[in-house]
Amino acid sequence: MNNKEKLLEVKNLRVEFGKKNKKFVAVNDVSFDIYKGETFGLVGESGSGKTTIGRAIIRINPAASGEVIYKGKKISGQIDKELDKELTREIQMIFQDPMASLNERAKVDYIVSEGLYNLKNYGSEEERKKKVEQALLDVGLLPEFASRFPHEFSGGQRQRIGIARVLVMEPELVIADEPISALDVSIRAQVINLLDELQKKKGLTYMFIAHDLSVVRFISDRIAVIHKGKIVELAESEALFANPLHPYTRSLLSAIPTPNPRVERNKVIEVYEPEKSHYDYDKNPPHWQEVEPGHFLLANERELTECKIK
Amino acid sequence: MAQKTIEEIMNSEVVLSIKDLVIKFNLRGQELTAIRGASLDLHKGESLAIVGESGSGKSVLNKSFMGLLDSNGRIESGSIMYNGQDLAKFKTEEDWIKIRGKEIAMVFQDPMTSLNPLKAIGKQVQESIELHQNLKGEEAKKLAVEILNDVGISEPERRYKQYPHEFSGGMRQRVVIATAVACNPNILICDEPTTALDVTIQAQILQLLKNLQDKYNLTIIYITHDLGVVANVADRIAVMYAGDIIEIGSSEEVFFDPKHPYTWALLSSLPQLGVKGEALYSIKGTPPNLFKEIKGDAFAPRNPHALKIDFVERPPYFEVTPTHKARTWLLDPRAPKVEPPPLVKKMQELYIEAGDKVE
Repeated sequence: MNNKEKLLEVKNLRVEFGKKNKKFVAVNDVSFDIYKGETFGLVGESGSGKTTIGRAIIRINPAASGEVIYKGKKISGQIDKELDKELTREIQMIFQDPMASLNERAKVDYIVSEGLYNLKNYGSEEERKKKVEQALLDVGLLPEFASRFPHEFSGGQRQRIGIARVLVMEPELVIADEPISALDVSIRAQVINLLDELQKKKGLTYMFIAHDLSVVRFISDRIAVIHKGKIVELAESEALFANPLHPYTRSLLSAIPTPNPRVERNKVIEVYEPEKSHYDYDKNPPHWQEVEPGHFLLANERELTECKIK
Repeated sequence: MAQKTIEEIMNSEVVLSIKDLVIKFNLRGQELTAIRGASLDLHKGESLAIVGESGSGKSVLNKSFMGLLDSNGRIESGSIMYNGQDLAKFKTEEDWIKIRGKEIAMVFQDPMTSLNPLKAIGKQVQESIELHQNLKGEEAKKLAVEILNDVGISEPERRYKQYPHEFSGGMRQRVVIATAVACNPNILICDEPTTALDVTIQAQILQLLKNLQDKYNLTIIYITHDLGVVANVADRIAVMYAGDIIEIGSSEEVFFDPKHPYTWALLSSLPQLGVKGEALYSIKGTPPNLFKEIKGDAFAPRNPHALKIDFVERPPYFEVTPTHKARTWLLDPRAPKVEPPPLVKKMQELYIEAGDKVE
C-alpha cells in the first residue's frame, strides 16, 4: 500500500455544530488516507457522522480543527480562488436520494451542465452540448433525454442523471453518499456495476458512504467503520470481514441479513453497548493504533490484549 | 422459539383466500392492469413474504384487502374471502371500517411520515385501542403502556407523553408497530417495514415482529423488494412479477431450489452473493408496460432462458412439491433441461453446508 500515491489525507478532523453549551461534536479526531484509484468505504449507522465527513471533504461543513489535504495541498479553512475552482471541479458528490436531489423544474440538460455553467470551463455552446451528451452516454442514458424533466424518469434512471452531472466535471475524487440505499435490489446491482465500470474507464477514486456492509464489501478496497463520530476500525475489506476486531464492527457484521433461511434462524445478533463493556474507557481512553499491517483499531490496552488472544 | 414447520402451516386454516384477482386502474384515459389474476391462500399464524420490484403490484395487492385502493382503481374480477365475506364486493367505507384495523392492520414503510407529529405517541396507541378494543380512559391507557413495553420502548409511562420528533427512526417504527398491534388484528401487513432503517436497527425490528407474532398470535404478511431481508422471518415466500405471483413456496424451497427464472435473477442480484472483482448480476431490461396486454410469460422478454412458448401462452402453475409451485414453462415435462445460473447453484451448496452446521 505504501507505494501508492495518496490523493486525500484527512488528519485529526473535527467537525462541530452549534455554539458554546449547545455544541455537538459530529466528527471527532478522525484520520485516514485515500489512495489514488481505490474505493474507500465508510460505514456506520445514521447519526455516526459519516455523511458529515464527506461534506467536510467537499467543504460544505467547515472543519473545527484538523486538516484535509488533497494532492499535498491543504484544502480545509481559507483557500485561494484558483484552488477553490480546481477543487469544485475535481471533487464531486453523488447524493443518496435521486427523488430529492434533482431540480424538478429544470431539464436534464441544465441539471447535468449546471457545474459547467458555474465554472465556465467549456469553450463554446457546442462543446458544452457535446460534454453533456457524452456524460449521458457514459451512464447508459440516451442523449435525447437531455430535453426531458426529472419526473419522467424512474429511480434508477434519476440516479444515473445524478452520476452524469458528476462525470461531466471530469472529477478525480467522487464522494458517493449512500448512492443506492434508496433503490430497489435489482436496480442497485445496475448502479454498482456502472460505478465500477466508470472507475475502471476513467481512473476515478471513490469514497463510498453507506450503512450496509454487504454492499460496501463488494465495492470497496478498504473499509473504515465509524461509530459516534470516531473511526473505530480500518482495514482492507477482506481483512475486515475475515478478522473483525472491534466489537462494533462485529455487531455490524452480524446484522447483515444473509439470504439463507437456515443460517438466519440460528443467528445471534451481537449488540454493541460501550457503556456496558468492561474496558473502562473513562480511566483508560482508547487510542488509534496499527494492530497488523494496514489494519487499524481504536482500542485501549486491555481491549487490545483481549483481541489478540482471540 | 420453535419455528413452525411448513406442514403445520399448510394444515392450519386458511384465513384469507384470494382467487383470480384482477385489479385495474384508469390513468390518463388509459387502462392499466396492476394485478393479473393472482391467487393466494394465507394460513393462520404464518409469516408470508411477498417479494418483488417496485411496480410489481405487491402493495396494490395488499391495499385491495384493506380497502385502500386509490379512487381510480377497481377490482375487475376475482374474490377475496375473509371470514365468509367477499372483500372484493365491499363498496362503502362502513363496510371497510369493520375490517380495517380490527381484523387487518398495517405497518407502513416510513416511520417518519406515518405518525401524527402533533400527538403524543401514547395517545396514538391509545386511540387504536379505544377504537378497536372497546376500552376507555384509564383502562385503555394501561393497555397502551403495556403494548409500548412489548414493542421494546423503555420507561413506557414516561415516553407515553413524548412526541414523535423525540424518537429516532427505529424507535418510531416501534411506535408504528405498537399502534398496529393495539388494534388487536388477525392479520398484520408490514409494507417494507425496515427499508427506511439502518441495518442494525433492521435486524432488531424484524426480531421484534417475530416476538410479537408469538405473543399476539398474528398472521403476518411482509412486503419487500429485498429477498435478503426475509430469510430470517418468512415461513413462506411469494415472488411477484408484473401483477402476478410467479412462484410460491416455503422459504427454504424458494432460496435453495428456486424454479422460475425471475426468482433466479432476483437471488443472483443480491450483493451478499457477489464475487469481488466481477460485475454484480443485474436483470436486463425493464418490467413490462402494464397498459398493454401481456402475452405469454411476462418475464420472457428479459429472460435469457425464454422458450418459444413463453411468448405465446401464459404458463400455468406447475407443482414442484405440495407446498411449492411456479408459473414457468421450464417445469413442463416437454421443456428442455435448463440449468439454473451459477449463483443459484452456489446457494444450493450453501444449503448443504448450513444443513450440516444445524444438525
